[in-house]
Amino acid sequence: MRRLLILGAGTAGTIAANKLRRLLDADDWQITIVDQRGTHYYQPAFLFIPFGRYRPDKARRKAASLIPDGVTRVQAQIDRVDAEARTVALEDGRVLPYDYLVIATGASPHPEETPGMEDDWHGAVHSFYTFDDAVALRAALADFAGGRLVVHISEMPIKCPVAPLEFTLLADDHFTRRGIRDRVDITFVTPLSGAFTKPVASAAFGGMLAERGIAVEPDFMIESVDTEARRIVSFDEREVPYDLLVTVPVNRGAAFVGRSGLGDELDFVPVDHHTLRHAAHPEIFAVGDAAAVPTSKAGAVAHFELDVFPENFVRIVAGEEPVASFDGHATCFIESGAGKAMLIDFNYDTEPLPGMFPVPAVGPLPLLKESRFNHWGKLAFEPVYWSMLLPGRPLPLPAQMSMRGKRVPA
Amino acid sequence: MSTTTLAGREIHVDAEGFLTEYDEWDETLAQQLADQIGIAMTPEHWDVVRFLRADYAETGQTATTRRVNAVGGFPVKQQFALFPKKPGKKMSYIAGLPKPAGCV
Repeated sequence: MRRLLILGAGTAGTIAANKLRRLLDADDWQITIVDQRGTHYYQPAFLFIPFGRYRPDKARRKAASLIPDGVTRVQAQIDRVDAEARTVALEDGRVLPYDYLVIATGASPHPEETPGMEDDWHGAVHSFYTFDDAVALRAALADFAGGRLVVHISEMPIKCPVAPLEFTLLADDHFTRRGIRDRVDITFVTPLSGAFTKPVASAAFGGMLAERGIAVEPDFMIESVDTEARRIVSFDEREVPYDLLVTVPVNRGAAFVGRSGLGDELDFVPVDHHTLRHAAHPEIFAVGDAAAVPTSKAGAVAHFELDVFPENFVRIVAGEEPVASFDGHATCFIESGAGKAMLIDFNYDTEPLPGMFPVPAVGPLPLLKESRFNHWGKLAFEPVYWSMLLPGRPLPLPAQMSMRGKRVPA
Repeated sequence: MSTTTLAGREIHVDAEGFLTEYDEWDETLAQQLADQIGIAMTPEHWDVVRFLRADYAETGQTATTRRVNAVGGFPVKQQFALFPKKPGKKMSYIAGLPKPAGCV
């Protein structure tokens, strides 16, 4: 009996468990998944909860209900991986041996990385990257009657890198609907040189912020939060004052990854960008946000990785070479307020471009352009997530990005 | 991909002028790249640039500001003092390496 151990039961771990259970013979393979939380969150909801547009309890389900029969779920905290002995020690003292290991323990926000940030947490300093943070921010936004709202990214990479931009656009819409937009100054503060990392999209998003009277403070690398004076301070001594700070703290991979000597300086796992296989330990793989690959940390990326990885895994365990084929593909809806959304589609080599998706010229979803269709697409995605994406059923989207339907600006 | 002439020879650069060939770089060239962006190189600057070169040779990726601090031992504050405003970009430009991945 060969043993496959999956660490983490979030989006990537759950899809991996479902797909690999179907692909690997039950007589030959024992599959175990370590779930550190017990609860599976529909994380896209975290963006809507603060605006009162999503009932928090709808965003949670029992993780056990999403793990297929034939996969053993162990609920425990992970202490460390011994890559030489091929075992994983749990904090409760149990030790799980493996032949192959898939690390899918994601990325989490770490406000304690920035001096001062935790001192007024859920006071005037908020975030929306965890369930509790999103719920706390809902109350803070409801109470906010005017002043300076600062939406801030601490450091890249972050999970769902378009979410801060969406939050900013939705905040503009929220205050407009409440009739107090003229009493709110909104500033978007980013360590990047513009509204987004890639030039064509950055220009499009920058234009949308400008149209809405939202200021951008680029190249801002935060040194500390001064919670007394209510301002954030950069390493080059710039200061941005706030009345309400909505920050995205430094994101890190799981601490056990670092303790096990398997991570980079942020505890993400360096793996081959196309096969997701660890260079030093060929029996170890990382999928989803846990992997140090140069594309977005996002559910769509986990989905596209897991369109490619399971078949590769089967080849590897059969003694064949993996086919290098994950291309960094990401597809993201971006809520822009007033019932509209944008859509971007890109990979390692191609930045987000305008065009139509998924069918060239026809769409119905326009790329890099605000549209009601995209907003409906984002809403329609939720049942797809639970009933098709997590169980690993095929979606009508190609794993690899296509240039069909895209226009390259001159 | 295009080429430009610097320090009397042809080098390969990307659209923003970052060198694309690791081996086309030397310290004479670095001095000229630094001049172009208004950085007066001191021994401290060279220490950072040499760390970036060595780290790239090992990892195949340009170290981020965080890594230059965590692994190279150069505090972020010092990086901003040496390479004002955009240390990540300026350090890698002078070191003849690609921009650190912005990680979309």
